[in-house]
Amino acid sequence: MAGKIGKRAKQIVIPIVMAFAALTAISGCAKQSGQDQDEQRYVTIKGSDTMVHLVSNWAESFMQQNPGTEVSVTGGGSGTGIAALLNGTTDICAASREIRDKESKLAVQKGIQPNEIVVARDGIAVVVNPDNPVSELTVEQLGNIFTGESRRWSAVGGPDEEIIVLSRESSSGTYVFFQEKVLKRQDFMQGAKLLPATSAIIQAVSTDRLAIGYVGLGYAAGAEDRVKIIAVKADDPSPAVVPSAETIRSGQYPIARPLYLYVNGQPRGTVKQFVDFCLSGDGQEIVEQTGYVAVR
Amino acid sequence: MMEIAWKEKAVKLMLLGAASTSILIVAAIFVFLGKEAGPFAVEPGLRELLSTRWMPVSFQKESFGILPLVTGSLLVTVLAMLLTIPFGIGASVYISELAKPLEREILKPFIEILAGIPSVVIGFFGLVVLVPLLKACFGLSSGLTALAGAVLLALMAIPTVISISEDAIRSVPTSYKAASLALGASKMQTIWKVTVPAALPGIIAAVMLGTGRVIGETMAVMMVTGNAAVITASPFDSVRTMTATIAAEMGEVAFGSDHYRALFCVGVVLLLATFGINMVAQRVLKKHGMG
Repeated sequence: MAGKIGKRAKQIVIPIVMAFAALTAISGCAKQSGQDQDEQRYVTIKGSDTMVHLVSNWAESFMQQNPGTEVSVTGGGSGTGIAALLNGTTDICAASREIRDKESKLAVQKGIQPNEIVVARDGIAVVVNPDNPVSELTVEQLGNIFTGESRRWSAVGGPDEEIIVLSRESSSGTYVFFQEKVLKRQDFMQGAKLLPATSAIIQAVSTDRLAIGYVGLGYAAGAEDRVKIIAVKADDPSPAVVPSAETIRSGQYPIARPLYLYVNGQPRGTVKQFVDFCLSGDGQEIVEQTGYVAVR
Repeated sequence: MMEIAWKEKAVKLMLLGAASTSILIVAAIFVFLGKEAGPFAVEPGLRELLSTRWMPVSFQKESFGILPLVTGSLLVTVLAMLLTIPFGIGASVYISELAKPLEREILKPFIEILAGIPSVVIGFFGLVVLVPLLKACFGLSSGLTALAGAVLLALMAIPTVISISEDAIRSVPTSYKAASLALGASKMQTIWKVTVPAALPGIIAAVMLGTGRVIGETMAVMMVTGNAAVITASPFDSVRTMTATIAAEMGEVAFGSDHYRALFCVGVVLLLATFGINMVAQRVLKKHGMG
C-alpha cells in the first residue's frame, strides 16, 4: 500500500519539478537578455510583422548552425519593436521603417544608441492582366487609381472601361506600405476589393481583364506567366522601371523600402553572430527564398 | 440502498454539469464580447458605428461604420436563402416521398458528405471554379461578387435544410396521406396540398437553422465576395460581410484600440442576429410540438 502511494506521489512530483525547472530557466533567460551581450546565448528579436516570416527563417537556420543558442522572435509592429529596444526589453528590433526623430531623441534620453543595419529590401510589384494594353504607370497615376480618383482605364491610356481595384486586407503590412508610398497616405477607395491573400490577388488578376493589384516582388516574379508586371515611373519625366532585384537594390524602382535590424550600439556576442549570419551568403539566400531582395 | 441513492445523485449532478456547460459558455461569450465592445460606446461613441464608411486603417481618419458590413451580410444571406429554400425543400420532398429505397441509400450519404466538406475547401472551389464561371455567364467585369458568396453558402446550407425538412415530412402521419389518396387526389396533389403543409413548421425551422449557418459562415465568403465595404443591393457587386471583417482584421489589430473594440461590436451584432434566428426557429418547432 505504502509503495503504491509512493509511486503515485512520484508521478505527481516529477512533472511539478520539471515545470518549476522550466519556469526558472525561462525567467533566468529573460533576465539575461539585454544584459551582457558577450555572455548570453539567448537573443530576443521583436518588431515588424512584415518581417516576422523572414526573421523566423533566419532564427531557425541560425539555431541549427549554432547549437545551444536560442533566438526568440515576436511581431507586434515596427513601432512596438523600437519601443522595446529603447526600453531594453529586446536585443534586436526588426523594423520595416527608419527610426523616427522622436524615437531617436527618446533613445538619447535613455542612453541607448540605436544602430541601424540594412538587412534586406522589400519591393512591391503592381500587376495587371496580360491582356491589358497598359504597361507603365507613374506613382501618381497609381495613387489616383487606388484612391478611386481615376476609375476608368482610359484615364491612364487604356481602354474606356472600369478599373477593378484589388488590394490586400488592411491588416497586411503591404497594405500600409502601399498606402504610405503610393497613395501618399490617402485612403483606399471604398469599392476596392480586399482579398485575404497574395495568391488570391494573383488568381483574380490573371482572370479579370480589368483588374489591377499589388503583391510582394517575390510572388509576382513567380507568377509572371499569369500576370503582367507594370513598369513604374517615379514621376512623369523619369524612366519607367520594371521591379527586379537589381532595380530595387539600386533604388531606381520607386515602390521599395529597406528592411532594418536595430541593435543597441555595436553588436557583440551572440547578437553580433546573428547579425553577421543575416548578412552572410546563407542569410541572404534566405532573404531571397522568403520573397525579399538581398542587399548584397 | 443508501449507497445506490448517493451514487445516482452523483451521476445526475455530473450529467447536469455537462448539460449546463453550454449555457455557461454562451453566457460567458456574451459577457466577454460585451466587456470588450463596451468601451466603444463611451469613446468614440455608438454613433460612429452607424456611419456608412468602414475604413479602419487610415492615415487620415479611421471610420468604423458597420452599416456596409450589415447590409453585406444581409444581401449574401438573403440571396443564399433564395437559392437554398427551393433546392432544399425540393430535394427533401423527393428523398422522403418519391425516392426508391435504393435511391435514398445513395442520395443521403452524398448529402451528408456535402455537409461535411470544410468551408475553406468550398471557398477554394468557389475561387477557382465558380468565380470565373459567374463572370463568364453574366458578362461581369469581375466574378468576386455577393452572388458568388451566396452560391457557396447555399451549398453549405442545403444539407442542413434537407435533413431537417426530410425528418419533418417523414413524420407526417400516414393517415393524412391515405385519406388524401382515398379522396382521389393524385400523388403530387397529396404531396403539395397535404404532406408539405402538414410538415411546414418543421420545414420553416430547417430554413431558419440553415440561415443561422449562412450568417455565421466566414471562410468561403471571405474568399469569393471581394470584401469591398460598400452598401449595395446588387448581387453583382462586391460586398464585405461581418464575419469576413472579423476574420480578416482581428489577427493584426492592436489590442485595446478603437479598431479592436469596433470588431467586437461587429461580433455583438452578429451574435444577436444568429441568436435571434435560433430563438425564432426554436419557437416555431416548439409551437408545433417538434422541439
